[in-house]
Amino acid sequence: MTTRPWSRARALAAIAVAGLMVLSACGGDDDSGDGGAGGDTTLSIVGFAVPEAANTAIAEEWAKTPEGEGVRFETSYGASGDQSRAVENGQPADYVHFSVTSDVTRLVDAGLVADTWDDGENKGVVSTSVVVFAVRPGNPLGIEDWDDLTQDGVEIVTPNPASSGAARWNALAAWGQVIEAGGSEEEAEQYVNDLYANAVSLPNSGRDATQAFTSGTGDVFLTYENEAILARQNGEDFEYIVPETTLLIENPGAVLEDADPKAESWLEFVLGEEGQRQFALKGFRPLGDPNGESIDVEVEGANDPAEPFPAVTNLLTVAEDFGSWSDLSDTFFDEESGIVTAAIAASGNAE
Amino acid sequence: MTAALPAVDRPARRRSVAAGGLTRVSGLGLGVAMIWFSLLVLVPLVAVVVTAVEGGWSTFATQLTTEQTRAAVLLTVLTALGVTLVNVVMGTLIAWVLVRDDFFGKRVLEVMIDIPFALPTIVAGLVLLSLYGPESPLGVDIANERPAVFLAFLFVTLPFIVRTVQPVLAELDREVEEAAASLGASRFTTFRRVTLPSITPAIAAGAALSFARGVSEYGSLVLLSGNLPMKTEVASVRMLSSIENDNLPGATAVATVLLFVSLVVIVAFDLLQRRLVRRG
Repeated sequence: MTTRPWSRARALAAIAVAGLMVLSACGGDDDSGDGGAGGDTTLSIVGFAVPEAANTAIAEEWAKTPEGEGVRFETSYGASGDQSRAVENGQPADYVHFSVTSDVTRLVDAGLVADTWDDGENKGVVSTSVVVFAVRPGNPLGIEDWDDLTQDGVEIVTPNPASSGAARWNALAAWGQVIEAGGSEEEAEQYVNDLYANAVSLPNSGRDATQAFTSGTGDVFLTYENEAILARQNGEDFEYIVPETTLLIENPGAVLEDADPKAESWLEFVLGEEGQRQFALKGFRPLGDPNGESIDVEVEGANDPAEPFPAVTNLLTVAEDFGSWSDLSDTFFDEESGIVTAAIAASGNAE
Repeated sequence: MTAALPAVDRPARRRSVAAGGLTRVSGLGLGVAMIWFSLLVLVPLVAVVVTAVEGGWSTFATQLTTEQTRAAVLLTVLTALGVTLVNVVMGTLIAWVLVRDDFFGKRVLEVMIDIPFALPTIVAGLVLLSLYGPESPLGVDIANERPAVFLAFLFVTLPFIVRTVQPVLAELDREVEEAAASLGASRFTTFRRVTLPSITPAIAAGAALSFARGVSEYGSLVLLSGNLPMKTEVASVRMLSSIENDNLPGATAVATVLLFVSLVVIVAFDLLQRRLVRRG
């Protein structure tokens, strides 16, 4: 009787100590990724899910150059907005690669990225693609252009622009093509409403949407060309159509203010010929050359691997057709008054 | 694990009361427990509520008057309630079968029950989509329809009631039932008047867990439900939308409402359980 309480106390103390050790071990994680001093450097890449394969390939090529030799990488990929918020809240990063500009400007506002990040020739963009329609093999519904998407009975899958920043490119393309064709803003709004009224699934990310479509949901999948090509590289069976008018998707990348100096030369390599060639192999269009004329690559998974990037007749860009991301975020995606937000809410009452 | 808690803490409480106040050891135990609980539960919860309140009353008002959010919260809560009711019946039945019956493959079933716990929810979502989606080998396509949400909730909450009821049922004294039978009670009466009152607290505990888990579920249903506004969109997806718009107060406002609803429902389960037990 006299000894038992003591052994129990010791057991409790042991549990408490173990608990503290677990806690401190979790805390310790935050320090990794600062990079070691001296010879070997570790760069932390934080990015959205889509360019993971390309970045891995680029890192392999970079390791063959004198600058990149011996550099190790620590990578983290996920939903663009989540990743950006994680870095804002202290996740260590040397280089970030996001889907939309607003995810980088969040870090500029937090003082983590210099506000000159988009002053370069590339305007902060590191990878580009276009909005396309994925359709079932043989294109049974004969989908060719935007007007075909809003026909009665066409079932559309597209990631949800409310919860996925990356999905906003698709919504903007839908709006912009009406204006490009000479339509009014009212007509563009009507088109966006009609489009989302036909949505049968609005998954939370581009990847989930690909999964839903390849599992048999819907007739048309509004997605990015590189995502379509990558899925086909992975053996998925569908076709995709590049519409005559579409939007240039520009994914920004930036080096953080207190990043390892090596990060700058990594970014340079990414923007360079070899970096862009690796992007092209994974289905991205080369930077500053949306029709892929400067590059000679065979892209497995493209509709025509030898001519992977068919020219787009009317290529819209955010800068020319929408102004800036901060403006368009308010106009289109504001939680209360955004045009696309309203279209999605209205789609629930359609039919 | 949680299932064992109510059974364990009762005798402990009685002992410390009998001793008239806390001994050093139980004081230490209580301290560790409170610190642990605060770090894991209390602090994060308070942070959620504080963030929501900082947004002001207008944030709550805006979120709750948005038709889309209201529909999502309603769908989530009602589906979680419905699923919990189904679980109360099915979970108790499975627990009964596992404890009272002997059959081939019992051990396998016993292990399989926990799979929804072990499976990462996004994998569960993929499995559900391939089984009950457009390319269903079973010919059941409920993708992007409300039953998809119900099914996903059912899948992830199945183990709760089974695992809370099972140990209590196993400990139950069979002789009491036999006595009831020998006094002329029918099987049903024996179950209703003798067995059920003993397992009701366990059922209620499991129901509360099942409901809470359902309300918060996200991963397993997003692929199958299609997130269609007013139709299959659940509250967690609404919160995600607010977060994507950097509207943290908005997201936490929805979370606070869900917390409050869950609290009410869990307290209601407990009251109901006490009443049922008292009536015997």
